[in-house]
Amino acid sequence: MQIYLPIAELSVNIFLFLGMGAGVGFLSGLFGVGGGFLMTPLLIFAGIPPAVAVATEANQIVASSVSGALAHWRRGNVDIKMGIVLLIGGIIGSTLGVWVFGLLQGLGQIDLVIRLSYVVFLGIIGGLMLVESLKAISRQRKPGGKRRKLHQHNWLHGLPLKMRFRRSKLYISALLPLGIGILVGILAAIMGVGGGFIMVPAMIYLLGMPTAMVVGTSLFQIIFVTANVTFLQAWQNQTVDIFLALLLLTGGVIGAQLGTRAGSKLPGEQLRSMLALIVLGVCARLAYELLVRPDDLYSIGGALGHGG
Amino acid sequence: MMGVGRIALLLSGFAVAVMVLGSARPASAQAGVADLSDHLIAVTAGFAGTKLLLFGAIEGEAADVVIVVGGPADQVMVRRKERMGGIWVNRHKLVFGGVPGFYRLASTRPLDEIASDRILARHGIGLDHIRMVNPKGENGNLADFRTALIRNKKRQGLYPTETGQIAMLGNRLFRSDIFFPSNVPTGTYNVTVYLLRAGKVISAQTTPLVVSKIGIGARVYAFAHRHSALYGIVAIAIALFAGWFAGAAFKRT
Repeated sequence: MQIYLPIAELSVNIFLFLGMGAGVGFLSGLFGVGGGFLMTPLLIFAGIPPAVAVATEANQIVASSVSGALAHWRRGNVDIKMGIVLLIGGIIGSTLGVWVFGLLQGLGQIDLVIRLSYVVFLGIIGGLMLVESLKAISRQRKPGGKRRKLHQHNWLHGLPLKMRFRRSKLYISALLPLGIGILVGILAAIMGVGGGFIMVPAMIYLLGMPTAMVVGTSLFQIIFVTANVTFLQAWQNQTVDIFLALLLLTGGVIGAQLGTRAGSKLPGEQLRSMLALIVLGVCARLAYELLVRPDDLYSIGGALGHGG
Repeated sequence: MMGVGRIALLLSGFAVAVMVLGSARPASAQAGVADLSDHLIAVTAGFAGTKLLLFGAIEGEAADVVIVVGGPADQVMVRRKERMGGIWVNRHKLVFGGVPGFYRLASTRPLDEIASDRILARHGIGLDHIRMVNPKGENGNLADFRTALIRNKKRQGLYPTETGQIAMLGNRLFRSDIFFPSNVPTGTYNVTVYLLRAGKVISAQTTPLVVSKIGIGARVYAFAHRHSALYGIVAIAIALFAGWFAGAAFKRT
């Protein structure tokens, strides 16, 4: 069964996209990740124009983060003060990101920048995850390994504008979460991701936040940053496809529930190495397309740069 | 009574035919008439491509028929990739004007048997002779870019490569199915029927055809472009509601 997507301006198979939503939703439920970094490349592989893929995925992430954030909120696992500082950074970053996005679209380089960003970030994250989980698996076999210190004092703690974050029991410079927020906001706008895969490790390792607070607080920030991206992309670039978002959302909700159930029955470290392999696989596919001579050196698009 | 009625009907039919022919091309109109089964293609939410029937009649002795369906003209930017630091990057670009968004051809025989290249070029018949406005200024690679444009349009299915069939009935009546893929651009199309005899165009009749988004998809598109800020807010509201609803629904199970 076909449906015509009014903004992407092409007709797609409903079940293919429901399935993609469910598949990525399953993985995100299984691994507890956002899934945007898998969905956007998949949409591009499926022929959705990259600009529409990125903007629409931001819209879908708004929905998928709400239910998670509400659950964490009820358990008191959201550090509002930290979340707001991250959010201010996120709004600055995503506004900047959408502006750069439009600029690159005009230059015909947005496709390249989206792909390059994915190759770089998926490569780094996938590589780190794989190394970590392999280490953890070998540690499980040889008990008695060294534990790392929770707090390491370095130059980051010498920054000005110190603020007290009671919930996270931290007294750190506000510039740190602000900077993380800006970086994640830029990524959200250009890559169509929530940015949890950057923010969560940064909050744990750079800020030293308690792990219980990290996920809820990052989801809180992601809702508002992706909402800002959705609004700006719709307003300035008209690239948000509500039909496509609804298809992905419907599949995603069902997939995520199944994934969460399956996740509780599978061992954690093996799961993480599996996710790492998936991430590296997507990265390799994108890198391959950049490195290998394309079948046709020429491409066409509208004079305004759409579809570039 | 019957006879008078039939004559009146014939006369009125004749009058209509004269009016139609007269409005098209007075000088060459006697050679034939043609029309489409529909003058509007509605791109609805379930649109997956469609097919129209073009039919007509040739007056007088046998002739070759060529049907050209040309989509709305628009500017197209052609970009060329180059290798930079190991990766393939868009470097050069040229903008062509007046490029038809869709181009489909049907003919009774292969084009090269029907008329000379010169005649076909003069009437813009055939993928090699599509009319477009070349970019301004000196450019040595113009031909490469033009070929690439047509190649890309072909790959998108908008310039179908194979020439369509035209069925002839007793050297007088002809009919042809015209296929439109699901990604046809919206706008006003021109369907031109050429009649050729001995390698010369003896008649050309153009019928307009409108491809338009209809229904909910059209409304969504118009809303997204006319009230884009409000559209963004609605998109966020839908997402927030869907997320909340999903969380609430699955918490109970």
